[in-house]
Amino acid sequence: MSETGAMTEKTVVLGGMVMLAFATMVLVILPYFQLKIITPPKGLKPYTTAQLRGREIYIREGCVYCHTQQPRDKSQAPDATRGWGRASVAGDYYYDSPHLLGTMRTGPDLFNIGVRQPSADWHLGHLYQPRAYVPGSIMPGFPYLFDVKDVADEGERVLQLPPEFAPPKKVVVATPAALDLVKYLQSLDHSYPAIDKPAH
Amino acid sequence: MGTVEVLLSAFLISFFALVIFIWSMRKGLFEGDTGGGSSIFAANELGRIEDPSAHAGERKALQAAVDDSAPQASSEASVRDLQLRAEADRSSAGVVFVYFACAIGWLVLASSAGVVASIKLHEPDWLTAYSWLTFGRVRTIHLNAIAYGWTPMAGLGLALWLLPRLLQTPLKGSRIALLGAVLWNAGLIAGIGAIAAGINDGMEWLEIPWQVDILFVIGGALVGIPLILTLLNRKVDHLYVSIWYMGAALFWFPVLFFVANLPGLHFGVEAATMNWWYGHNVLGLFFGPLGLATIYYFLPKVIGRPVQSYNLSLIGFWSLAFFYGQVGGHHLIGGPVPGWMITLSIVQSMMMLIPVIAFGVNYVGTLHGYYSALRYSPTLRFVAVAGVFYVMSSVQGSFEALRAMNTITHFTHYTVGHAHLGVYGFVAFAFFGGMYFVVPRIMDREWPFPKLIAAHFWLAFLGIIIYFVSLSIGGLLQGFAMLDAARPFMDSVAVTIPWLKGRSLGGSMMALSHFIFAAHFVIMAFGVGKELEKPTYFREVGSPAE
Repeated sequence: MSETGAMTEKTVVLGGMVMLAFATMVLVILPYFQLKIITPPKGLKPYTTAQLRGREIYIREGCVYCHTQQPRDKSQAPDATRGWGRASVAGDYYYDSPHLLGTMRTGPDLFNIGVRQPSADWHLGHLYQPRAYVPGSIMPGFPYLFDVKDVADEGERVLQLPPEFAPPKKVVVATPAALDLVKYLQSLDHSYPAIDKPAH
Repeated sequence: MGTVEVLLSAFLISFFALVIFIWSMRKGLFEGDTGGGSSIFAANELGRIEDPSAHAGERKALQAAVDDSAPQASSEASVRDLQLRAEADRSSAGVVFVYFACAIGWLVLASSAGVVASIKLHEPDWLTAYSWLTFGRVRTIHLNAIAYGWTPMAGLGLALWLLPRLLQTPLKGSRIALLGAVLWNAGLIAGIGAIAAGINDGMEWLEIPWQVDILFVIGGALVGIPLILTLLNRKVDHLYVSIWYMGAALFWFPVLFFVANLPGLHFGVEAATMNWWYGHNVLGLFFGPLGLATIYYFLPKVIGRPVQSYNLSLIGFWSLAFFYGQVGGHHLIGGPVPGWMITLSIVQSMMMLIPVIAFGVNYVGTLHGYYSALRYSPTLRFVAVAGVFYVMSSVQGSFEALRAMNTITHFTHYTVGHAHLGVYGFVAFAFFGGMYFVVPRIMDREWPFPKLIAAHFWLAFLGIIIYFVSLSIGGLLQGFAMLDAARPFMDSVAVTIPWLKGRSLGGSMMALSHFIFAAHFVIMAFGVGKELEKPTYFREVGSPAE
C-alpha cells in the first residue's frame, strides 16, 4: 500500500466515527429537533393509568411483532379502506413511550382498533380464543390472562364465549391484566382530524 | 422540507461521495495490488493451503487443487513468521474457547426458540398455556439470543483470535476479555429471563431492560481493552482488511448501543427513527463487518492466495462505512416520520450497491480458478457460501428500500426472509467457517467426525434456502393480498400458511444442523479426536508428506 492510502488505527477509528456521526446526525439528531417541537393534536387524549398498564401488557406479550400502529396514506396502500384510519402523523404519538409503530402485519393495524371494535366483550373473548371470533386467525390465545373456575366471584368479569369454545360447566373470568389490555385497545382511537400535516 | 431540498441534499451527498471516489482514483487506489493482501501469509507461504478443519486426505487434495490453479508453490515458509503466528495463536486459545462455547450455547437456545416461534404461526393453539412461551415472547427470546448471544460471542471470539495472528503479537490482557465475557453473558441471561418474565423495554432490538444493559456496556468495554492493547503493541506495520472491519465494528457498536439505550432521552416518533438507526446499524455496522472480516481472512488463507484487489477492499470499506449508517430510515417508509429522512435512506440504500459490488468483484476474483478447492475445505465451503449470501442479501436489501418494492413487502414475512439471508446465510455461515478453522487450532486436536461437518453444512445450507424461498413467496403473496382492497384482510393470512409451514421445515433443518455442530464441539472438547501432528502450528514445515 502506498503511503498516501495507508490505513492506520487512526484512519480506521476516526474515519469510522465521523461516518457514524454523520449517520447519527441525519437519523437521530435532526429528527430529534424537528420532532421535539410537535404538539399533540386537539383530539388526542393522554392515556389513563389503566390504559398505560394495559399498554405494558401489550408490550410484554409482544403484540407489536404482528400488529402495526401506523396506517399509511391512501395513495400508497388501501389502509383507510380496510378501516384502519387516516395516515398517522407524528403528533398522534405524542403520549407514546416507547413507540409501538411495529414492522409486521401478520395481523391488522391496530391504530384505530378502538373505533373498529369498541366492545370489551369482543376483545376479552378474542384474547381468550381468537378463532372463536375470527375463523382462520393465527393469533395465539392468551389463556393465562384468564381464570377458568366453577363460579365467578363477585365483581369478576365473566366472558361471554360462543358455546363451542367455552369450557364445559365452567366460567372464564378476566384477570386485571386482561381488563387493562382491553382498556388500552379500546383507547386506540385516532379518528380525530390530524392538525399537523406530515412534512413532505 | 420540500421536494427541492430533498433532491438538493441527496444530490449534495452523492456529490460528496463522488468526490471521495475521484480522490481515491487520484491516489491510485484502483491500481494493481500493492501487496497489502499478502500480509496474512508468512514469507514464502503463498500457494500453501491452510484448513485445520479438513482431514489429512482432504488437505492433500486441497493442496493439489490449489497447485493445479497456481503451480508456483514456493519453497519452505519462513520459520520465524510461523513461530510468531504460533505464539499469537497460543495466547488467545483459552479465551477464544470460552467465547465459542458461549456462542454455541446461545445458538442452540436461539434456534430452539426460533423453531417454536415458527411453528406457533401455523399452529396457534400450540403451547399457549405458558406465558413465557407465547409467540411474542419466544420470538423475542430468539432474536435477542442471536443478536446479543450467538453473533457477538462468535464474532468477538473470532476477532480475539484473528487480531493477535494478524498483528503477530500475543493477545494482551486475555483475562480482561474473559471477565468481559462473564459480564456480557450474565447480562444476556438476565435480559432473556426478563423478556420471558414479561419485563421489556418495548422497542424491537432494544427489549432488554436498560438496567440490565449496563452489564453489556461494562462487559463490552472489557472485551475492547485487550483488543486495543494488542493493537497498540503490534509488531507489524500493516493493518490487514479484516482489522479495519473488526476495529471499526468494535468502536461503532458501543456508540450505537449506548445512544439507543439511554433512558428518558427518546420520545414518540423520534424513538422510532432512533430505533431503526440502531436496529439496522447493528446488522450493518456490527454483524456485517465482523462477517466480512472473517471472509476477508479465511477465504484467501485457505487457498493460499492473497485477495485479488486490495484497493477494492478499501473502497468497499469506506463506502460501507459512509452509506450504511444512513439506510435505517427505510424501515419507516410510509410512516409518520419526516419525508426527507426517508428519501435520504432510500438513496443511501441504493448507494450500498457500491461496497457490495466492490466486495463481489473482489470475491470472484480471488476465488476464480480455485473452485475445486471447495470440494475439500469445510472452512472454504462455509465462507464462500457466506460471501454469495452477502451479495445476494445486500442487493435484495437495496431494492427492498425502493418505494415500489417496499409498499408490497414492508410489513410482510418477506422482510423476515431477507433478514435471515443476511444474518444467517451471510454472517452465521462466515462464522461457522471461521470456527471450523479456529477450533482445531485452539484445542490442538482435529475435528473427530468430518461427516458431521458435512451434515452441518448441508442441513444449514438447504435449510436456509427452503426458509428463504418459503418466506419470500409467502411474503409476496401476503403483500399483494394486503394491497388489494377488494380482498378481505384474512386472505393475506390464509395465503401465507403453506409457506409458514415451509419456513418451519427449513428452520428445523437449520436448528438440527446447530445441534450437530454443538455436539461435535462438545465431543471434541472432551478430548475425542486425533491430536494435531507435531509441531502443532506449522505442519507446513514439518510434514511435507501430508
